[in-house]
Amino acid sequence: MAIKDTKKSKLIYTLAAWSVSGMIFFPILWTIITSFKTESEAISASPSLFMFDWTLENYAEVLSRSPYFDHFMNSVVISLGASLLGLLIAIPAAWSMAFVQTKRTKNLLMWMLSTKMLPPVGVLIPIYLLFRDFGLLDTRIGLVIVMTLINLPIMVWMLYTYFREIPNEILEAARMDGAGIKQEIFQVLLPIALPGIASTLLLNVILAWNEAFWTLILTAANAAPLTAFIASYSSPEGLFYAKLSAASVMAVVPILILGWFSQKQLVRGLSFGAVK
Amino acid sequence: MATTQSRTLAKIMLFPSVSLLLAWMIVPLCMTLYFSVLDYNLLMPGDNEFIGFLNYEFFLTDPAFIESFFNTLLLVGGVLFITICGGIGLAVLLDQAIWGRNYVRIMVLAPFFVMPTVSALVWKNMFMNPVNGLFAHFAEFIGVTPIDFFAELPLLSIIIIVSWQWLPFAALILLTAIQSLDREQLEAADLDGAGPWSKFVYIVLPHLSRAVTAVILIETIFLLSIFAEILVTTSGGPGYSSTNITYLIYTQSLLQFDVGGGSAGGIVAVVIANIVAIFLMRLIGKNLEG
Repeated sequence: MAIKDTKKSKLIYTLAAWSVSGMIFFPILWTIITSFKTESEAISASPSLFMFDWTLENYAEVLSRSPYFDHFMNSVVISLGASLLGLLIAIPAAWSMAFVQTKRTKNLLMWMLSTKMLPPVGVLIPIYLLFRDFGLLDTRIGLVIVMTLINLPIMVWMLYTYFREIPNEILEAARMDGAGIKQEIFQVLLPIALPGIASTLLLNVILAWNEAFWTLILTAANAAPLTAFIASYSSPEGLFYAKLSAASVMAVVPILILGWFSQKQLVRGLSFGAVK
Repeated sequence: MATTQSRTLAKIMLFPSVSLLLAWMIVPLCMTLYFSVLDYNLLMPGDNEFIGFLNYEFFLTDPAFIESFFNTLLLVGGVLFITICGGIGLAVLLDQAIWGRNYVRIMVLAPFFVMPTVSALVWKNMFMNPVNGLFAHFAEFIGVTPIDFFAELPLLSIIIIVSWQWLPFAALILLTAIQSLDREQLEAADLDGAGPWSKFVYIVLPHLSRAVTAVILIETIFLLSIFAEILVTTSGGPGYSSTNITYLIYTQSLLQFDVGGGSAGGIVAVVIANIVAIFLMRLIGKNLEG
């Protein structure tokens, strides 16, 4: 009887979980479906889930009529550039805090995190004016700088938590074998730390890809990444649902796939270690 | 074993991060502070004279500030309420033995990875549009008048969109916390004849309290700065009815070019965020020790 009971409850829970998660996922599914419809079908009063003439014309149109590819490349360059540059700066800092602990390490870490809590409007005007004066407005390099700085605390933090998990004994053994500081880093530490570094890179690419404050404020036509390009659909002309959907799918799907790989890193990176 | 050499090296390795973050935080913040006491408007070139706290006085007594302050409270509070309640429900549900749990997790998590401008525009046009949106079609189907979401309920519409984006985050963090729950406790409660409800109230909820606090604090930090969702849906309107503090400062600074007033607003926003940040830092600090 007990077995029957668990089977029955498993069925009920499964049904409940699938329907709730289906509802949460529905807007994304609907966007994907709409992207394959014609514009008139997209606004039809009796919308259909699957029974319509599937077409790729929206994708063709978005790609040919707008500089979509340029914006896509801006997103790639900015998010990847900022994440790699960030790694370059963050790895030494995290390494040093994880392996040469001092009284100040904890306070330093806390201070770095606190910079993440500074609201962007607190520095909006100076950054805008500085960017204007240095000719950085609407440039990729300008956005790479900002993205690197706003995500640096999260990167240092994540790397620190990964590096802390590396047992000190391994380093000591390496030192006993006469490894110099260079060998210690490149032959012992980096190979062990590589998965953590890769996860940090992944999460920060996602965060930078989706960042929508500085990208909207500091860019115009040239350096605008996809976040800003999609925003231009807020004042469209004529029918545009299917094209909006196609542009959205192309902007979201790559990062959605990366995101599913980064579930665990998300908890580590965004909860700042407050949840273990 | 830590030699002087490695200590020096550690300092050198820390230097780039520390100096960059220090520059990023201190330099602009000091400039904002400085601008906030000047009569400085980009449209009216003048000698930008010192006017003391007048910008703060104007900003804080502006009816637009009062309205956007309460909008910010409603926005943050509404989203927190929905995502925490929904997140606890989802976490409990996903913790059960179910078929295809990985697929369910993937679907629940997806909205978090959708960029803000996409989710706002998809909801605005394809769901909440009073003529062509799915909700309007559905309302006509069951014979009621469709709601013009962004004209009648602008703030609530934004709350719905932002909640959809942040529900996955809350659910994921809370699920992680639930899974660290000691199963023996639940089994012991089973033996004592506790029902599912009392197990939830007396064992699961207390266990989740820390994670809930963390979600509240982290979400608050991000929710105080909601911007893109407002920009592409309502532009803060009608009137100021969906303007939050972040958006108000943006309009003052970059649309009206009032550098002094915008800076004073920026400092007010920093103070508000700091109040939340202090609690969050305490929570993190405790964890670093433990």
